[in-house]
Amino acid sequence: MTSLPEPSAIKLGLVIDLDICVGCQACVVNCKEWNTSGYGAPLADADAYGAAPNGAWLNRVHAFEAGAGADAKVVHFPKSCLHCEAAPCVTVCPTGASFKRAEDGIVLVNEDWCIGCGLCAWSCPYGAREMDPAEGVMKKCTLCVDRIYNDNLPAEDQVPACVRTCPTNARHFGDLGDPQSDISRLVAERGGVDLMPEQDTKPVNKYLPPRPRRKADETPMSLLAMAEEATPAGFWKWVDKTLEKLG
Amino acid sequence: MRPAWSIIFFTTISGLGFGLAAWLVLGFVTLTNPAELVVVGLVVIALIGAGLVSSTFHLGHPERAWRALSQWRSSWLSREGVLAVLALAGLLAWGWYQTHVGPVPGWAGVALALVMAVTVYATSMIYASLRTVARWYHPLTPVCYLMFAAAGGLLAVLLVLAALGQAYGDALELSVLLALGSAWGIKIVWWQMAGAAGSGSSLATATGLTGLGAVRSLMPPHTSENYLQHEMGFVVARKHAARLRVIALLGGGVVPAVLVLLGRGSVPVLGLAVLVHLAGVFVERWLFFAEAKHVVSLYYGDQH
Repeated sequence: MTSLPEPSAIKLGLVIDLDICVGCQACVVNCKEWNTSGYGAPLADADAYGAAPNGAWLNRVHAFEAGAGADAKVVHFPKSCLHCEAAPCVTVCPTGASFKRAEDGIVLVNEDWCIGCGLCAWSCPYGAREMDPAEGVMKKCTLCVDRIYNDNLPAEDQVPACVRTCPTNARHFGDLGDPQSDISRLVAERGGVDLMPEQDTKPVNKYLPPRPRRKADETPMSLLAMAEEATPAGFWKWVDKTLEKLG
Repeated sequence: MRPAWSIIFFTTISGLGFGLAAWLVLGFVTLTNPAELVVVGLVVIALIGAGLVSSTFHLGHPERAWRALSQWRSSWLSREGVLAVLALAGLLAWGWYQTHVGPVPGWAGVALALVMAVTVYATSMIYASLRTVARWYHPLTPVCYLMFAAAGGLLAVLLVLAALGQAYGDALELSVLLALGSAWGIKIVWWQMAGAAGSGSSLATATGLTGLGAVRSLMPPHTSENYLQHEMGFVVARKHAARLRVIALLGGGVVPAVLVLLGRGSVPVLGLAVLVHLAGVFVERWLFFAEAKHVVSLYYGDQH
């Protein structure tokens, strides 16, 4: 059923801290690894070792630069499905393969029903969906639905693979529908934002903007200028004067 | 957006097919002889059917295409499929009634023509409902699709009449010219208005990095092209857009109009007019995809 369910009380999602992410790509790799061996068809690559490799990945880390000059900031930017409340990828699906779970809001693809028309990828402003080059079905972040409810795993592993692997704790997982949850409080504290709110997709995932830093000095002093300004003392004062006398 | 040949072929051919079928059931062609009816009916069904079949060629799993008929409550693509099946079934019923019972009542013809129109509307809404592609997300997009189906269909009516040896009056000829003129008139307005429409998004809103100054892409997340860039980052046409628009307008509108004026019931001339028209609309449809920008290209350094 591709009509959207009533907004669920539980809204599972991710909070990504752009202040902390260092762009190491560990989440990208662990996501690929888990989703190649876990839920659904393997997450395939085509021509992986050839001249033009391509493949389906559910999480990609961009790098952007904001601002100019000495105040320019490099921001590493992980991007995956935002599990939108008003997910356009669900309603455009002609087969019912793309759906949003009523119980926790996770957006999934039923790979046995997907005809691979690609319309859901067209409808997503975030580029969260990629066609599997081998299976011909649409792939997307499952929020590691096969980990988070998996009692065979130790408690600390019952989080999405990207969250588990992040060495800097830039990724957080939890219930964004509960205002008292740790991640909801983190969003409130740090002023978490929606991506492209003007597209009216109501994303569940939030991004924490970089913390404000002090401004760089207007005209930074070069090392050479610093050296020229310094007054020599002792032995170097004698060398300096002697050389000056020599003209 | 990457122009998939199967989709362009589908929207062009089935658009013409639905247009012709609509004029047919409205009584623009008198089909009394059962043999003529069967031949004309088969041509129409072949046009619509060829379009529909070709639209399944770009699917990852064409064998599951029947599932696409299930989600008509929310999906325009599904509605399009359901309506196309309804329209084809209606056309077959219409043909059976004509040959076995007698002339189909006027209201039934009008109702069937409406189903054809709504089917073309549904095709256009697959694109016009996508907010991510500002150029498509425009109220005139469905009008363009409907006008081209109507004009192309009416042009084909002239050819069918000529092939059946039936004379047609100046009024019908004038209607074809008017239909072609208005279709292209609206298309030119669409090129201006929809082309100027912005997505309302920027790299700053796409990354949430607002208030920090200009945001630019520093490093892509991968070293070779991915699905998103392949599917939505098509840029080849933009360089030649102006030239291609002239080619589309000449082929789709001007040349067929001149041929209609010269043709005067000649099958080869009108046949050429339909073919040139189809080629022109084919270029127009190719541009419809190739010129369209998807907001996701913001993440890949495109400045909207």
